[in-house]
Amino acid sequence: MNRNDLEQVRTFLHEYDGPEIRLMEVCGTHTASIAKNGIPALLSPAIHLISGPGCPVCVTVTDYIDRLVSLSRTPGTAVVSFGDLLRVRGSRLSLADARADGADVRMVYAPMQMLDFAAREPDRTFVFAAVGFETTAPVYALTLEEAARRELRNVKLLTSLKTMPEVIRAVVRAGTPDGRGRIDGFLAPGHVCAVTGSNEYQELAEETGLPFVVSGFTGPQLLASIAALVKLQGRGTCLNFYPEVVTGTGNAEAKALCRKYYEPCDASWRGLGSIPRSGLRLREEYRTLDAGSSGLDGDHAARGCECAKVLTGQIMPVECPLFGRICTPQYPNGACMVSQEGSCYNWYISGRTR
Amino acid sequence: MCVAYPGTVLAVKDRTALIDFSGTRVEALTGLVRTKPGDRVLVHAGCVLQVLPPEEADEMQSLFDEIASLSEEDMKETAG
Repeated sequence: MNRNDLEQVRTFLHEYDGPEIRLMEVCGTHTASIAKNGIPALLSPAIHLISGPGCPVCVTVTDYIDRLVSLSRTPGTAVVSFGDLLRVRGSRLSLADARADGADVRMVYAPMQMLDFAAREPDRTFVFAAVGFETTAPVYALTLEEAARRELRNVKLLTSLKTMPEVIRAVVRAGTPDGRGRIDGFLAPGHVCAVTGSNEYQELAEETGLPFVVSGFTGPQLLASIAALVKLQGRGTCLNFYPEVVTGTGNAEAKALCRKYYEPCDASWRGLGSIPRSGLRLREEYRTLDAGSSGLDGDHAARGCECAKVLTGQIMPVECPLFGRICTPQYPNGACMVSQEGSCYNWYISGRTR
Repeated sequence: MCVAYPGTVLAVKDRTALIDFSGTRVEALTGLVRTKPGDRVLVHAGCVLQVLPPEEADEMQSLFDEIASLSEEDMKETAG
């Protein structure tokens, strides 16, 4: 994209005066990038961006966090996690609280780091807090593959793995044509599509009659994708605006590895409840590597917390009565304010009001 | 959480690659794609997710460099 193209896109988005359009980015990394690039301020007031249920930390139910806390306090067990999840509260405590209280909780940047812990401390069981979408699911599978190769038997996963298509269908079903939850088009998740391929989003587009654009993560890539969605409104089609990374069929090795280790399952989402076949769990033959992931469906949000409505686009973060008052990034009440990919966190740090 | 960064493969050994991210060197698993030294790749959670075509990798790289240099300027201004 040259500078002229970019200027044209900016002008188009700034001066758009057509019907009000509500576009959802379903990927938390898109949400964070939209905030960092100041994109809402570049758009016409008729174009609304809504963050969807694509931040894995935000959609994780409290039962799952409670189970992690319990495991971290079990003698001989350590919980290993990405940093974002540590501060999310379960029904009472977060992993960070548990660690401050003496529990064994270790933060890493990559799941394979857990394998070095496991090799150094063979008498301790290491449980990875395996949250994420289709992008991260193959990374956990590869970690298990590598653990088997290194003959490490003290490694397990507590899975809360989710997949996009069914939750997108649920969001579309939840919106009424003139209601606040209505969505007119989707920025499809670029790195999820790197694994799954963009073809399944073409199917979703045809089924829902809504446009999807697979987007990259830079400011210019996002602006171009948003402009494409505005132009495509009312058309059930999918464009791939991230072709350097995404193909129609995706990453065959990653998909094969996922099929080997996982099977689809019903999954519980904060704010949306249980959605059939919207998750992945370890297959029966690998169930000994599971640290008790099934049945973690209960969700007990903090009193007054409206994360559920924020995640489905029913309200804007600033409309939650806790937002900015008693719920801030420093003292978060809900998961959407904890995660750096959370809708509330990003609205708060960028001073966004619409 | 689906964040991924572009880097350059310096060396490949067994199932891992040594990747350079603008001077920072990190090991990543290579089980999801075949890669070789010199490839520009996208890395997610310690794992190579995709090999990038060189021209686009350059474009992404220059954007990342520009953002990095802007933050440095901002910090100098704040400190000054």
